Amino acid sequence: MNNFLLISLSDIGVIISLIVIFGGLLWLFVRSIKAKEVDRRIIFIFIFVAVAAPILFPITFQESATEVVKGVYNKIENLPAGSRILISFDFDPAMAPEVQPMANAISAHALEKGHKIIFMSLWATGQALLSQTLETVIIPQFPEKEEFVDYVNIGYKAGNEGVLNVIVADFRQMFPTDVNSVPLDSMPIFYNLKSCKDLDMIVSIGGGKPGPKEWVLFVGDPGNIPMGVGVAAVVAPQLYPYYPKQVVGILGGVKGAAEYESELVKNYQKFEDMETPGLRMMGPQTLAHIVIMSFIIIGNVIFFRSRRKDGTK
Amino acid sequence: MKNIFSIPILVCLVISIPFSIFAQEKQSDSLIETSKVIAEPATSLIVSDYKYDNGNSLKLNWVPSIDDQLPAGKVTGYELFRSVNGGGFERIAEFPPQKNSFQDDKVEIGSSYVYYIDALSKDTATSSAKTELINPEREWFNAGKIPLLIMALIIAGSIFYFIETARRGKTLFVRKIAGLEAIDDAIGRATEMGRPILFIPGIQDMDDVQTLAGLTILGRVSKVIADYDTRIFMPVSRSLVMTAGRETIKAAYQSAGRPDAYSDDMVNYITDEQFGYVAAVDGIMVREKPATVFLLGAFFAESLILAETGNSIGAIQIAGTARPAQLPFFIAACDFTLIGEELFAASAYLSGEPKQMGSLKGQDVGKAIALIVILIGVIAATFSTAWDIAFMTSIYDFFTTIFSVSK
Amino acid sequence: MKREIPLFITFFVGTLLIIAVFIPPIENIEKTFTLFFDIIAVFAFFLGGGNLIRVHVHKLVNGKKDWVYSLVTLGGFALMLIAGLFKIGNDGGIAASVTAEGSWFQEIFNYVINPLQSTMYALLAFFVASASYRAFRAKNKEATILLIAAFIILLGRTPFGMMLTGWIPDSFSIFQIPNLAIWIMNSANLAGQRAIMIGIGLGVVSMSLRLILGVERTYLGEEGK
Repeated sequence: MNNFLLISLSDIGVIISLIVIFGGLLWLFVRSIKAKEVDRRIIFIFIFVAVAAPILFPITFQESATEVVKGVYNKIENLPAGSRILISFDFDPAMAPEVQPMANAISAHALEKGHKIIFMSLWATGQALLSQTLETVIIPQFPEKEEFVDYVNIGYKAGNEGVLNVIVADFRQMFPTDVNSVPLDSMPIFYNLKSCKDLDMIVSIGGGKPGPKEWVLFVGDPGNIPMGVGVAAVVAPQLYPYYPKQVVGILGGVKGAAEYESELVKNYQKFEDMETPGLRMMGPQTLAHIVIMSFIIIGNVIFFRSRRKDGTK
Repeated sequence: MKNIFSIPILVCLVISIPFSIFAQEKQSDSLIETSKVIAEPATSLIVSDYKYDNGNSLKLNWVPSIDDQLPAGKVTGYELFRSVNGGGFERIAEFPPQKNSFQDDKVEIGSSYVYYIDALSKDTATSSAKTELINPEREWFNAGKIPLLIMALIIAGSIFYFIETARRGKTLFVRKIAGLEAIDDAIGRATEMGRPILFIPGIQDMDDVQTLAGLTILGRVSKVIADYDTRIFMPVSRSLVMTAGRETIKAAYQSAGRPDAYSDDMVNYITDEQFGYVAAVDGIMVREKPATVFLLGAFFAESLILAETGNSIGAIQIAGTARPAQLPFFIAACDFTLIGEELFAASAYLSGEPKQMGSLKGQDVGKAIALIVILIGVIAATFSTAWDIAFMTSIYDFFTTIFSVSK
Repeated sequence: MKREIPLFITFFVGTLLIIAVFIPPIENIEKTFTLFFDIIAVFAFFLGGGNLIRVHVHKLVNGKKDWVYSLVTLGGFALMLIAGLFKIGNDGGIAASVTAEGSWFQEIFNYVINPLQSTMYALLAFFVASASYRAFRAKNKEATILLIAAFIILLGRTPFGMMLTGWIPDSFSIFQIPNLAIWIMNSANLAGQRAIMIGIGLGVVSMSLRLILGVERTYLGEEGK
């Protein structure tokens, strides 16, 4: 059937969705001139359509990385092969849609460059998400990489900043073994690696507490270790004071993930066909932002029209 | 005639065979020797005591071998050897090329140490000169943190000074904080409407100072609630906070002379899980329809969910947090917001006690110092970068040094 | 004595930890106290969990309003506790990791808790829209500036920002919306964040001194005046 259509069913879905959204917004704008407030449930419906439509009928855009994101990318790119990078999964399933794509992209990039990765988590929920990255990205895309040589999962430890205070001086005091009880001393990846100070880079992915900020305050800055952070968009402003001295770069939200993925796809043939959830999610984010901006405009029109009405009364 | 030279020649031949074999081997050896890769040793290996520690660290610095060059020098790495108390040397660390420093954290006070470092090539290891004998030393005071100590003494000192000044009867001016002025009215509103008050002390535990700040405000709020006989719900997400919250409210009811009106059910533990807690609190808001909602403590992503739900039920909301990421959400959705330090000032502000008010003035001294330092630092950095004025550069460097947190 | 002992402990530990920052032999004592707190918090869970069970059992037994939800709460609590304690469904039996693949605990986490957490977090998308509609009104100069900044950031976080202003020449590239958005975050927003953080730091110092010195005692439950 598609051979007889000039456009695909997916494109039809996109067109219909856009007509519904922009047509609806236009109607609301016309109503707002009469100073009629919009019920918050109508706002919720518009947001639902704006987010659901690009997921059902994929809309993707070109991205180019900003300097802040390139900071992390270039650091991993320029480290000599064999460098040891620690990636900490400090988030829960609620934050995962925003930050897991960047965790996957950074892990894939580091392994492709021949670096060694130590995975860990300061959040109990981070372990399951770390396992997802291992199962969906590391093992399938890098079958030649060996556990304990090229990467290892040392697991989760409770204690928040207490854990960081210990591992900045001695890993084994807090993590004597990995998540499967294999001693760290038996692993080639941990040869001559006593503490965080022996690492070449730390990447903290998260946004809550403990998270990237705690890594900077307790490990990265005191130990003078290069740090990259990947955070939820709402938390990114908090990390800007540390850029570019204490952190080499910041990936903020879905946009940061999309920018990082676009750099990988652009520079590595291997990643051309990889899953890019960050880029895919920019469609819903873009439409949702447009809807929010439209409602802000509608709200202001209502505000000024009401003021004028009250003034003439 | 038989060849009279045959026997001597034969003897010479026989004798020469082992020599020739030996000579070949020698030739081979020297061929091997000339093809071995030998790197120059690292030089200037110096060991020093790591300053301001407990005597458990020594610092080593060296100049890498002149054959250690990128991309393909002769040196493939380094190995560090250590002798303890005059014993044999053992290898303690291995480094990649280009490395020129190391901190040995496995030393003890009372022992003496000597080091040398080997530059490794493909075939050989070349040793550096040994260091001098060194004994790690313990420092009892971290002189590197003197700037921090001075700042702490100035701020603490000013807090003590103003506390003392207030105790002697001097009135200290503190600007009005709208959110705190509105607390009594907000509680009065709930009493008139016959609807309860909802108090949420954040989602962190008692080790977070924001939670303590929220609980100190709860103490003040509870007194008014006890006097007005208004209902209060306080769902919490940490068990220790539940205990502390109950103690606080109970004491307020006792001091109001109404101990019988207090019930433990006013404070209930929900769950440690962030969004499970938020779902429960949202449910309480929608079912019980509190007239006043207090959101005072440490919040994360759930802040907007709570604030918007409170807004949707028509409650008056007073929020306060010291997490800058959540402040915009509270400001957008709540009626009054205590921004950062206002949350910590709240208990002092509400009590009106001289000792507490004095501490607020002490904070202001710290802010004044920060303002002056920022102003001078910005001017120094601007002049130093734009016009390279040496005096300004030295001021900038001075500030960078004293305000650096790295060890 | 009921109040004096906690006040003394607060004063002693608080002062010790401040001094320890400057004394190398004891500078790591903070880690020990952090571990002490973690242990106390874990034991305190019995209080909270016990309270949860008591409240919901009371509702259930007395047939109070919405008792069905109490049944769900207690059922969920019991299920996770039993599945985790007895490692039900774990291939390695009771000695295996509680989060081993295939275990009931892990399955419930993957298929119940994960989606529920994501659902609650997703509510933010709707609430951001309704809060923005209500709050971003140009009532005065400051609100108008805030509104314009919000627009720039919103556009800058999408590809439309570059599409709309990509024509601006490189010498004026700061006026391209994505770069303007980054400038607002790095300069204007950063200045405000730093000012708030300085104030918060000083507030924490002041509050902590009041707690350590026993000037602030409300959290202990104050006696009548």
